[in-house]
Formats: sequence, structure tokens, C-alpha cells
Amino acid sequence: MSRRPAAAPAAGWRGRLLPLLFWLLVWECAALCAAHRTLLPAWALWRETGDPSELLACLWAGQTFILPAPPRVAEEFFALAGTGEFWRTAAVSLGRVFAGTAAGVGLGTALAALTAAFRWARLLLAPAVKVVRATPVASFIILVLLWADRDWVPVIISALMVLPVVWGNVVQGVDSADAGLLELSRAYGLSSWRRLRLVYVPSVLPYFAAACRTSLGLAWKAGVAAEVLCLPRLAIGTQVSNAKIYLETPALFAWTLTVLLLSFLLEGVLGRLLGRLERRKGGTDHAAAA
Amino acid sequence: MPRLRELTVSYGEKRVLDRFSLDLPEEGVTALSGPSGCGKTTLLRVLAGLERPSSGVVEGLAAERAVLLFQENRLFPWRTAAQHITDVLPRPDPAAAERWLAAAGLEGEGGSYPAALSGGMARRLSLVRALALAEVRRGWLLLDEPFAGVDPARAESLMGAVRALGLPVLLCAHERHTVSLADRRVDLDGPPLRVTGGLRA
Repeated sequence: MSRRPAAAPAAGWRGRLLPLLFWLLVWECAALCAAHRTLLPAWALWRETGDPSELLACLWAGQTFILPAPPRVAEEFFALAGTGEFWRTAAVSLGRVFAGTAAGVGLGTALAALTAAFRWARLLLAPAVKVVRATPVASFIILVLLWADRDWVPVIISALMVLPVVWGNVVQGVDSADAGLLELSRAYGLSSWRRLRLVYVPSVLPYFAAACRTSLGLAWKAGVAAEVLCLPRLAIGTQVSNAKIYLETPALFAWTLTVLLLSFLLEGVLGRLLGRLERRKGGTDHAAAA
Repeated sequence: MPRLRELTVSYGEKRVLDRFSLDLPEEGVTALSGPSGCGKTTLLRVLAGLERPSSGVVEGLAAERAVLLFQENRLFPWRTAAQHITDVLPRPDPAAAERWLAAAGLEGEGGSYPAALSGGMARRLSLVRALALAEVRRGWLLLDEPFAGVDPARAESLMGAVRALGLPVLLCAHERHTVSLADRRVDLDGPPLRVTGGLRA
């Protein structure tokens, strides 16, 4: 078997760990540089006043405010992870993003089906989706905050970001359905249910899966941004906003790390589910031969 | 007796059928012979009801009961050979699938996907799928280049399976061997399609 694709590098544990270590090192160096930038004026101050406490304070501040070093962030993260409040906050935010994604995917797929079935639906929806896609997230967040409870705004925003992506991809998948197979299905009298199952679903599935994978990242970004602006009582975004107000840069990093970890977790679960779906519907031999 | 009267079909500026008329025999296998691109495929598509002529009528041939074997195989990449047969049947019938696969010389390939079949095997699968449906519909069988890429011995045995259905058959072909398997032939040329030689035994 010499069919190894050149684009996919072999990702053993070494291939995963070494790049991670490299970037941690870059981070550490950058944090040191940040500390030095505040160190210079502090040193000058020390020469002037002869008080070393200022110098130490500046050294600490540079490492904390501007760019905290990895160990400092890890310390903050584990301190947070020891509290029940952290887990409740993370769970609620995860639930919001998940609900938003699910709603966006469901609604997007339903609208795409409508679009595929009726010409007027496409004419009606295409410009609306284009507008939703191009509108800044911040405008939507503030607008939705006027209409809905602050706890629900991130859910609605996530759904709103996901919907156009799913709609566009599914419509494209329907359009890509083989015209020859569709004509044959009609000529051979296949029921509309069979036509859906045998022609449309297999054609749409790869597009749908790609849309879901893209959507998750979008939902997290938009959802947390909405939380930052709406400040629900329990939310990662609220904590991020607090970190901004109190200049707790390590907390900002720790919460961001939390979002990343949750995003990867959800992505992994979704990837596994979609992979199973594609194998089941697509036919393994077909997929292997393609 | 099926009659095609003054059929006209154009694609844009190009007239493929121009007031084309032909009387067809009621039974047996009739070959439409002519160079590729002369309009045979369009004629079959009109008879199958997939193409609406801008003028003219078809009498005595029910499009809704006819079965057209398309010029292309049109197999579903994600369905197995056996599923291709059962998918077109109104009721699931695994025995019929097995019987038709055997007729195509595809025994043991029931679980194979189209990507795993050779060109000739794929053509045979496409043909027996049409035959399985024709067995249920009991109308005209319209075969567009049924034996493209199929070797002569297999073509002859498949022709036996076609005849065993006892349905009227109209087949398009441009190679001599396939034409020789029919009861009679109509020589055509075009476009626009015209008859250059009448019904001959």
C-alpha cells in the first residue's frame, strides 16, 4: 500500500507533543520579554529613588498583566478547577453553545430542505442568509439583548452564526446531487422517500458534516462574545469580562484555556459521531475506493 | 401498432427530431441502427416520456409502463449490486435480486459496490436492473446501447434473458453484433433523425 497521502503527516505522540512544547516555549520567551519591557523603567526608578520594592512589583506586574507565563496560567487554571463554581460555569456555557449549535444545525437543515423543495423559498431566503452572514456579531448581540433574557442571548447568537453555514452547505449538497440519478429515480418510479434516502442524503452528508465541524468553532466564538457583552450570572464570558475589569490577565488566559479544552472535547465527540454516520450511510467500500 | 407521428424535438437551435414518423412492430426485438449522435437516444427518451416533443404524438406506447435503460449506467455509488435490483422493485424481493444478478453473470457480487465492478460488469448490472423493473411493469423495454463494453458471448446470453420476458423491445446500437441479435432493424441517420432503411428481418 503506497497510497499514503502526502498532506496528512503521521501524528504520533511525538508529532503532537513536540509542537505543543515548542509553542509553550515561545510563550514563555514572550512572557519574559514582556517582563523586561516593564523592568527597564522600574530599574531607572530604582536608580533614582533607591527603593527596590518598586522594581520587584514591576517585575511581578509585567509577568502578570501584560503576558503571564505558562506556569502562572496553569496555576490559575488549577486553582479555578478546584472550585465548584468553575465547573458550574463551564457546564452552563457548554450547554448554551451546544444548544445553540443544535438549534442552528436543525433550523439550517430544515430551511435548506425547504429551499431545495420550493423555488420561492430560495429566492426568499438567499438574501436574508447573506445579510445574517455579513452582519457583525456585536450588532446581533446587542439587538438580541434588547429582546431576550440575557441567559438566552448566547444561545440565540450561536444558533444565528451556525444557521447560515449549515443552510449554505446543505443547499450546496442538494444542488450537487447527481442529475442522472435523480432522473433515473423518477423514471424508475422510486418513491420520494427512497429518492431522499438513496440520492439526496448521501449527496448532502459530506457537506453537512463539514458544516457541523465548522459550526462548532463559530458557535464557541460567538457564544462567548455574547456572554462577555450580556454578562449572564453563570458564564465563561462573564468571567472573561471580570478578568478585563480587574486586569486579571492570568484569569483571562485560564478561562480561554477552558473554552479551548471544551471546544476540543465537543469537536472530538462530534467528529466521532459524524464519522460513524458517514461510514454507515456512505458504504465503506465506496468510501475506501473514492 | 405503436405509431410515432411527426415528432419534433430541438435543443436550442439544433433540431434533433424534425417531424419524425415511424411505425413500430407490436412484438419482438427491433434494433435502431445508426451512427452515434444521430438522435437515437433522444427518440428513446421521448418514448420513455422523459423528453416532451414540441410537436407530434406517440400512439400505442404507454410511457408510464415503459422502462428505459439509460445510455449511462447511472449506478448509486453507495448501494450494493443486490440493492440496485431491490431498490427499483415495489416490494423487497431478495430472490429476484439473486435471479437477476445470476442472469447478468454477477453471482457472488451481490455485496459489491459499483466502484468495485469492471466497466462490463457495471453495464450488465445496469441492464438487469432495468429488466427487473420491466418484469413488473410489463411495458415496452427501451434499451440504449445495452451491450456497450459487454463481450459478445455475454451479450448473447443476456439477450436470451431479455427475450424470456416476452416484452416488446426497442434497442439502439451502433455496433453490428448487437444489431444482429435483433429480429429486425431500422437504419437511421441524422441529425435530424431520418429513416434510411425500413423494417427488415
